[in-house]
Amino acid sequence: MAEIVFQTHGLTKVYGDGELAVHALRGVDMQLYAGEMVVLLGASGSGKSTLLNILGGLDNATSGTVRYGDIELSQASERQLTRYRRHHVGFVFQFYNLIASLTALENVAVATEISAHPMDPEDALALVDLGSRGHHFPAELSGGEQQRVAIARAIAKRPAVLLCDEPTGALDSKTGVRVLQALAKVNQELGTATVIITHNAGIAAMADRVITLSDGRISEVRHNEGRVDPAGLSW
Amino acid sequence: MNWLSVLDRKLLRELAHLRGQVLAIALVVAGGIAVCVMSLVNYASLSETRSHYYRQHGFADVFVDLTRAPHHLLAQVRELPGVAKAELRVQSSLRLQLDGFADPVSGRVLSLPDQGEPSLHRLFLRAGRLPDARRSDEVVVIGSFAEAHDLKPGDSLGAIINGRWQSLRIVGVAESPEFIYVIPPGSMLPDYHRYAILWMSERALAAATDMQGAFNNVLLSLQPGAVEEALIDQLDVLFRRYGSTGAYGRDDHASDRFLSEELAQLRTMALLFPAIFMSVAVFLINVVVGRLVSTQRDVIAVLKAFGYSNLQVSVHFGKLVSLIMLLGIVLGVAGGVALAHALSGIYIEYFRFPSLLFSVPLAQTILVAVVGLLAGLAGAYGALRRAFRLSPAAAMGPEPPPLYRRARLERLLGVIRFSQPGRMILRSIERRPLRSLMSVLGVAMATAIIVLGTFQFSAINLIVHSQFARVQQEDMTVTLVNPRTASVAYELASIDGVRAVETSLAVAVRLRSGHRSWRVGLMGLQSDAQLSLRVDTNLERIALPEKGVLLTEFLLEELQVRPGDALTVEWLDGSGEHSEVTVAGGSKEFVGVGAWMSLPELQRLRGRGAQINQLQLAVDPQMRSSVLAALQQRPMVAGVSERQAMLTAFNETIGRSFLTYTFFIALLGGVIAFGVIYNTVRISLAERGRELASLRVLGYRPAEVDHILLGELALLLLPGIPLGWLIGQQLAWLLVRLMESELYRIPLIFTAQTLGLAATVVILSAILSGMVAVRRVAKLDLIEVLKTRE
Repeated sequence: MAEIVFQTHGLTKVYGDGELAVHALRGVDMQLYAGEMVVLLGASGSGKSTLLNILGGLDNATSGTVRYGDIELSQASERQLTRYRRHHVGFVFQFYNLIASLTALENVAVATEISAHPMDPEDALALVDLGSRGHHFPAELSGGEQQRVAIARAIAKRPAVLLCDEPTGALDSKTGVRVLQALAKVNQELGTATVIITHNAGIAAMADRVITLSDGRISEVRHNEGRVDPAGLSW
Repeated sequence: MNWLSVLDRKLLRELAHLRGQVLAIALVVAGGIAVCVMSLVNYASLSETRSHYYRQHGFADVFVDLTRAPHHLLAQVRELPGVAKAELRVQSSLRLQLDGFADPVSGRVLSLPDQGEPSLHRLFLRAGRLPDARRSDEVVVIGSFAEAHDLKPGDSLGAIINGRWQSLRIVGVAESPEFIYVIPPGSMLPDYHRYAILWMSERALAAATDMQGAFNNVLLSLQPGAVEEALIDQLDVLFRRYGSTGAYGRDDHASDRFLSEELAQLRTMALLFPAIFMSVAVFLINVVVGRLVSTQRDVIAVLKAFGYSNLQVSVHFGKLVSLIMLLGIVLGVAGGVALAHALSGIYIEYFRFPSLLFSVPLAQTILVAVVGLLAGLAGAYGALRRAFRLSPAAAMGPEPPPLYRRARLERLLGVIRFSQPGRMILRSIERRPLRSLMSVLGVAMATAIIVLGTFQFSAINLIVHSQFARVQQEDMTVTLVNPRTASVAYELASIDGVRAVETSLAVAVRLRSGHRSWRVGLMGLQSDAQLSLRVDTNLERIALPEKGVLLTEFLLEELQVRPGDALTVEWLDGSGEHSEVTVAGGSKEFVGVGAWMSLPELQRLRGRGAQINQLQLAVDPQMRSSVLAALQQRPMVAGVSERQAMLTAFNETIGRSFLTYTFFIALLGGVIAFGVIYNTVRISLAERGRELASLRVLGYRPAEVDHILLGELALLLLPGIPLGWLIGQQLAWLLVRLMESELYRIPLIFTAQTLGLAATVVILSAILSGMVAVRRVAKLDLIEVLKTRE
């Protein structure tokens, strides 16, 4: 059995209070194992982004526990959460969020400069097949390329876990596949546990495990027999 | 809110959302408007008060001082063409003795008609009544002196008039339009404690001065359309043989002249300062509206897609800008009126008006407001034009990521290994060179305004140092009733406590070069004088020329003469004689205007023998009172003035009003500094929000993120402050040139304190703004920022 990276118990998240309270998570118990690739499926409003934010230390749970290794994230201070994000977790967002004034290589260096055992930024770019585009600014890159820079930036610090929120949401199918290929490659070569959230069921086939959320609860957990190469996916 | 259109509601919400920036801009606008309104109101109030006072109390147009003329000349004077009213008076200098006040008090006493009020220079009675002609001891005293000594009707005074001691009884306290600015003759500064104006009935004063049936002072008012110069010429002819020192108009009337100078300065300020403040405000409006429009490009696109015209969209944003400007204008007008009110308290002490008519010039204030509003709209225009160039379709899409380049500065500084945040700072500054330049300029202007406001503090210090420590080293100046030979110096030197005595001759003259002329006291000084000496700009002693006359540089310019040129000296002693003299050089003085010669040379030029009429004394400070007492006992002494008293008077009057004004200017400079820097930081924060959030997600600590914002700010301050010093010095130069007056010239000096203070105020504003930014970064909502499309 692989090592557990994340473990949550009875995780709830309530926005607002009284009659206006919105229950985004209503008690989620899950584990994430080292090196595995998980796709978190769900309709919009199912709570998948909230779960991801809590796992990533961007948000606090209302109740329940989230354990990362021996860090209890639900009890962590802002300072501890910053340190956690700095060393252990990588993010990829739907809208890339690259820094426009820095080149691709420098965008990666933004992350490596502050981490303890980073990869060489050039190696990180090579891993997402952008070795030759390192000196281009974001404005000179396509959407898919920008997203792959974002992946390189997220993994260059060698995080234990990579959290991706709709990484292909803003991309067409063909470009999206290349991004997913990059994620699969990172997962295989570096063994980074990866969580991809999407409402796109077509992507699920590339994962080891598919967790479906609905209405703030896990409604289904499915193990894939074998992972499909993203090249074979389309939507 | 239904009566508001949807767009208007949007506008109000956005204003509420942007309140910090709105307020910061409004404050800068308010600063400019306030200085302008303050100066306008002061100008209007003073000139309104003056003309009202002159009208109500009959201020004369032409004045003549003479030795003695018979009363029957009145008929001839009245028949001169252009004369509306004429008033004949007797006047005399006097010395006063007050119980409990040992200092020498000099003054002037003027006659009032035995019956009824004079047709010109009617008194404004603050208390009591006019003197009764049947009582020879009744006097009215001027308000400034009465207040200084707390004198009331019923109190008594001892006076020496025409060498005779007399006891006087105060029956009234009054002001007169000829003494709005009350200064001792030959002085530049008021001294309310030691200089008095008294009025007596003509009968009493004529008896005291042996002037029965005669007069020695004439006041005239002109008929509308009459030519002053023509009348002056005729008066000079008429009174020549009566010892006239030359008729003169209001231009040469000390009180009116100083008031006019003050008014001219206010007008200068009303133009110069607002121009600076408004240009900074326009810049801020441009940047803020530009930012607002660029964040609203999709809104603009949607509006246009629905069929709103460019004009309608412009009107919408125009309203936003107008509301910000209006807030600033309302604050500025209110603040300006309040500041003017505060300053009027000083004016009313400085200028002796019965009361200050507080007048807000409506038309001009509205003009200022409209100019301010238009300036703001002009600032918004550029930003809107950029938005309109986009097609609705293009504008609705996300704004493409801005194209950056490697900063040239990076290559230039190739040796330094920049951190990524460091690169972000450099590149963002280089990507928008114009805006960065404008921000630097904004910081520079704020610095400059503070330099402009505060350099005058050290300038005043230098004035005091040079005038009262270098130029005038004598402790006392004794003026004699009549000229005497220099042997009088031995008599004064024998008084216990007098350490040194020097003699001098002061003569009232009119210096003339072509059509330019100036009334001045021409001083003859001992060439070996140690007590009263001339100095140059560097406070080094200037030797008195053996031949020729030394003039204040200000006077050289006014008369348009240079060393070597000839000047005509008209002796204003009633002789009607004149002489020629050569200009020997200029002397740099900060206070007053003067002309100097070596004593023997002046005595030779005047041809009245070896006479002197002033003595400079150095006195043992311990013996001051006994020396004063000894001087008071000598009938030949007309008056004694003390250096320390002049210094106090300077600090109390000019120093005070000046510093109050400049304090306000410096304060407003601080407001500008804050407005510029706060807006720069807020805009940068708004534009960078997404990137800063990205960095936070990557695990950057808040302090590391702050570094980017604050680093950029520091880079703007770095060139901005020194540039501001330079601009401030240039503006100060302009100000000094525009404000030069015979009363004082502000020296152009910039001390480390001045520059340091300006930098400190700006840096404090920056720290304050930076703290706002730091707080915002700490509260950055990472999820919100990152999950939404820009």
